[in-house]
Amino acid sequence: MSNGYHIVVCGSVVPDPLQTLEPIETPAGPALKNEMLLPAVLDPWAAHALYEAANLAAHAAGSKVWLVSLGAKAKLRQVMMTIAQKVSFELVPIDGPASGFADAHATAALLAEAIQSITGLDRSRLLLFGGWESASRGAGVTMQLIGERLGILDQFQGVDQLRVQPDGAFEILERIEGGRHQVSLCQGPPALFGWATGNLPEPRNNPQIGMANMRAIMPALQRAKTAAPAPDAIRYRSASPPKQQRQTRIVKNLSAEEIAREIVAWIEKA
Amino acid sequence: MSTATRHKLEMLRTLPSDAARQIQWSFADRYDLQMLVQSVRAVARGPVARLVAQGGRNTHEWTPGKAEMLEAFDHSGITAVFMDLEQGGFIAGPRNLALALVAFELAWVDGGAATASLAGCLALAPIHERGTPEQQDRYMKLAAPPQPGEDRKPWRGAFCLTEPIPYVGVDTGMLDGKIRIVEWKPGEEPILQVEKRGRFITNIGFANFVTAAVDSGDDRIKGSCMVILEEGDPGIFDRGTATKKMVHQLSSTGDPIFNLRVPASRIVGGYDIKNGVLVPRYSHSEVIEAVFRRTRVTVGVMTAAKLLSAVEPVIRYQRGRFRGAATATPGSVRYEMGLQAREDALHRLVDVWATGEASASLAFAAARAFDELDPLEREADRIIAERGVSGTRAKAKFLRQVSDEAASLLRLMPGDQRKEKLQSDTLMRFVTLDSLADILCPAAKLWNTGWGAQMMREAVSLMGGYGITEDCPGFLGNKWMDAQLEATYEGPEAVQRRQLSVTMTNPVFLAQFRNWIREMRGIASERPGTGACTLATAMTMWLWTLERLQHSTDSDGGKLYQSARQGVTFPLADALCWLLAARCQVLDVLELDRRGAQDSSVAEGLSGLVNFLSDLCHVQTARAGGEAARICAELVFGYNRHPAWDEEGYRGCYQQDELDALEGFVPGIAACATDVIAGDGSHPSKAGPCAKCNGAEQFLTLHSKLATCLTGSRLAKDRAAEAVSKLMIPEVLDYPA
Ligand SMILES: Cc1cc2nc3c(=O)[nH]c(=O)nc-3n(C[C@H](O)[C@H](O)[C@H](O)COP(=O)(O)OP(=O)(O)OC[C@H]3O[C@@H](n4cnc5c(N)ncnc54)[C@H](O)[C@@H]3O)c2cc1C
Repeated sequence: MSNGYHIVVCGSVVPDPLQTLEPIETPAGPALKNEMLLPAVLDPWAAHALYEAANLAAHAAGSKVWLVSLGAKAKLRQVMMTIAQKVSFELVPIDGPASGFADAHATAALLAEAIQSITGLDRSRLLLFGGWESASRGAGVTMQLIGERLGILDQFQGVDQLRVQPDGAFEILERIEGGRHQVSLCQGPPALFGWATGNLPEPRNNPQIGMANMRAIMPALQRAKTAAPAPDAIRYRSASPPKQQRQTRIVKNLSAEEIAREIVAWIEKA
Repeated sequence: MSTATRHKLEMLRTLPSDAARQIQWSFADRYDLQMLVQSVRAVARGPVARLVAQGGRNTHEWTPGKAEMLEAFDHSGITAVFMDLEQGGFIAGPRNLALALVAFELAWVDGGAATASLAGCLALAPIHERGTPEQQDRYMKLAAPPQPGEDRKPWRGAFCLTEPIPYVGVDTGMLDGKIRIVEWKPGEEPILQVEKRGRFITNIGFANFVTAAVDSGDDRIKGSCMVILEEGDPGIFDRGTATKKMVHQLSSTGDPIFNLRVPASRIVGGYDIKNGVLVPRYSHSEVIEAVFRRTRVTVGVMTAAKLLSAVEPVIRYQRGRFRGAATATPGSVRYEMGLQAREDALHRLVDVWATGEASASLAFAAARAFDELDPLEREADRIIAERGVSGTRAKAKFLRQVSDEAASLLRLMPGDQRKEKLQSDTLMRFVTLDSLADILCPAAKLWNTGWGAQMMREAVSLMGGYGITEDCPGFLGNKWMDAQLEATYEGPEAVQRRQLSVTMTNPVFLAQFRNWIREMRGIASERPGTGACTLATAMTMWLWTLERLQHSTDSDGGKLYQSARQGVTFPLADALCWLLAARCQVLDVLELDRRGAQDSSVAEGLSGLVNFLSDLCHVQTARAGGEAARICAELVFGYNRHPAWDEEGYRGCYQQDELDALEGFVPGIAACATDVIAGDGSHPSKAGPCAKCNGAEQFLTLHSKLATCLTGSRLAKDRAAEAVSKLMIPEVLDYPA
């Protein structure tokens, strides 16, 4: 493809999974205890999507990557200090709620609107990337809803691989049951891809990339629009933590088999 | 409503976030530094932590694993922090704070990793500070990590000053290393023979170049200098054997031997030829003075990081200590609180945490001061040259005059128009800040590492036997031992005390110190919970003591405050460090309180965090005040001879019959008299008549005032302890153990 792709990645922040995550009730509805105070990371599925996007862009001259994020501005800013060092992209931030209790419909509407307002975005070359899951939301519909709003009909979920064919078509591997993949062919953009883990390792930090990205990211964060809370989009009658016990134990020098055996024994006991 | 009341009810909820730290340590507006922190953290808590956990410290040799760590430094930008933009760096302007943050993040996991990174900067520092433009260009570019598409290995350097006994150690003037001219063709550059042996030289296992301190061994060379040696220069470049050190094993240390032939252009800063004699532009002491001034700050940062890094593993250990026992069922105190049900366990952790906060605040304040000073120093040099002042002595005289004026302006009352000049005049600003930098650097190096090592031991003991095993989460045992090296290299504690004993009498510094006392009282009236008032009293006492010691003698007439009398000057320097650290801690908390609300991720838990950190300030100021009072009292009274039961001593005592007679006129006087000589000449059974205060009444007033100033400090400790038992910590440590 001579002019490259315009890849828009949708992704936001989630609390660092090493933290203690405890659901609580607040006057505004359910929330995670101290969520604003806890360190955040880029949602791991969205992160895979971002790295895949950067990789694809690097191999198709003229391509460009945007990361569209709906989240608390202060948190987005902190997370950018890491993510911006990994790959080149332009940030399109929207200051608003991104907790696990945000409504997927309202979120999708805001994201679609933000994408439509990106100047210079060529919809005919658009590849819409995101996670097929989320470490905090997991509604499983956000990306589909954005696709519908943008009129993107070719949608793929649980994607682990996207390969460009000599004729410009895409060969896509989507996860299906039994640890297998479904192989599909798609003529080209526009298309939507909800990524599973992909195949790429997390790129290491490169401060030079970071400095270059930040020159645009900082003003973008300053200009970020604040999303008005969706009034009565969704109401939770109650929320409770899943009936599970989290037991963390650090083990050293234990083989994978031994660990597996222990887990099975634990499940059987539970 | 006063701020203190507003914050009253809120408790600390989580460990302080990055965003809060950025505000406290003044880099909230610097995204370059925030990115650097994340980058270094990924290396520290990733490859470095894995290397330590896998036993990478269990050998003195330089191993492939350790070498990989250096590569990780290159890739993540750690190596390039030292470089200017045009030399391959990515941070514009002064980078003292940047290097301090690198040291903080690496030392959070392993001190040796921090040393390995900083030693490279130390090797380049002589060139950076005093090198010729050609030298700077060559070595900075060679040491910069390769850019994308470049295929080369970056050069690594070592800094070689210390020599085998009996030569250079604390006394850096005892140089045995020599340079001689071996070839000097007319009109050409002289060729030098450099002989140097080093001891305990960091990075030597792999260094490609060395900056070495040497003295003239030739009539045709004047004085000492630093010279750059390269691997590949003709002669001997022997790395020697690895030092069998028990600490910082991820860094390479050894005793090298050099006997090399190099062109004279390798003399750091260049040279002039005067009357057929080669005169280096900078002596080795001039170079190392400029270098250590900056690099010692980062060492102080390292120990601070370790103390703060100990908090989370200790809390986790304390809380989980009894879980799993049949009697510790969920809901029971043992299960829920573990060791944190015990007050002493909490109080001691509060002490460790408070020390960590104070030392981090002190060291980062020092780093920021140098960031401000660097351009100011260049500007001042330019102005001085413009005014036609040249030569070391003339320059010193000129700056003394500026300093005198600055000191008198600083002594004016707040609001006096004439004080404007302190801000608007570059030279005034320079001498003012320079006098501070001269204090902050040795103070951070001395107090953070020395007292930090003591408190690291305390942290280790809170983990019980686990603390001194390799399995201890957070590598606390290693960190304790490592702190002793931080107290030793780049100038042991004696060197820092020696420097402070000179710089702390600079009138420009003392005038600022006096103003700080007023500042602390002002803060105390707004935020009494910080203990700023205690600090102000302790500062007044320190100042009183200094002035007294400067103008008094011991009982034999010996001058007290003088360089040979380290028993006087050194403890007083220690006392000052306690006060400085506590002051920096208070200022950082105020900054957080002032600016925290602007960041929504900080604003939410701000009150609780500020309350807790203020309580830590109170704990620390009480401790600092106590230490200062102990030291000052010993110095003020300790050099007076105690009265004895001799003729002179008797003169100050009542005779029993004299007292009996007086009782008739002044009923009750006999009960007040302590030293009474009986008719048979016998005296009370004690060392001698009680000592008088000899003009130190004011001191005693301050001393008792300070004691009462401690009111409330233990309540603050109780509150802090409660917070430590309730705050939420992550499920697991974010690096392996
Ligand atoms: C692991 C490690 C790495 C090092 N890396 C380097 C390096 O890269 N480059 C380099 O050049 N050096 C390096 N050093 C050397 C280090 O800087 C010296 O060890 C240090 O300066 C002290 O010198 P010394 O060991 O000879 O102690 P000495 O000079 O023997 O001093 C010992 C003690 O005597 C007392 N003392 C000495 N002089 C005085 C005085 N004037 N007043 C009062 N008390 C005094 C103090 O208590 C002092 O601590 C390193 C050392 C170690 C252990």
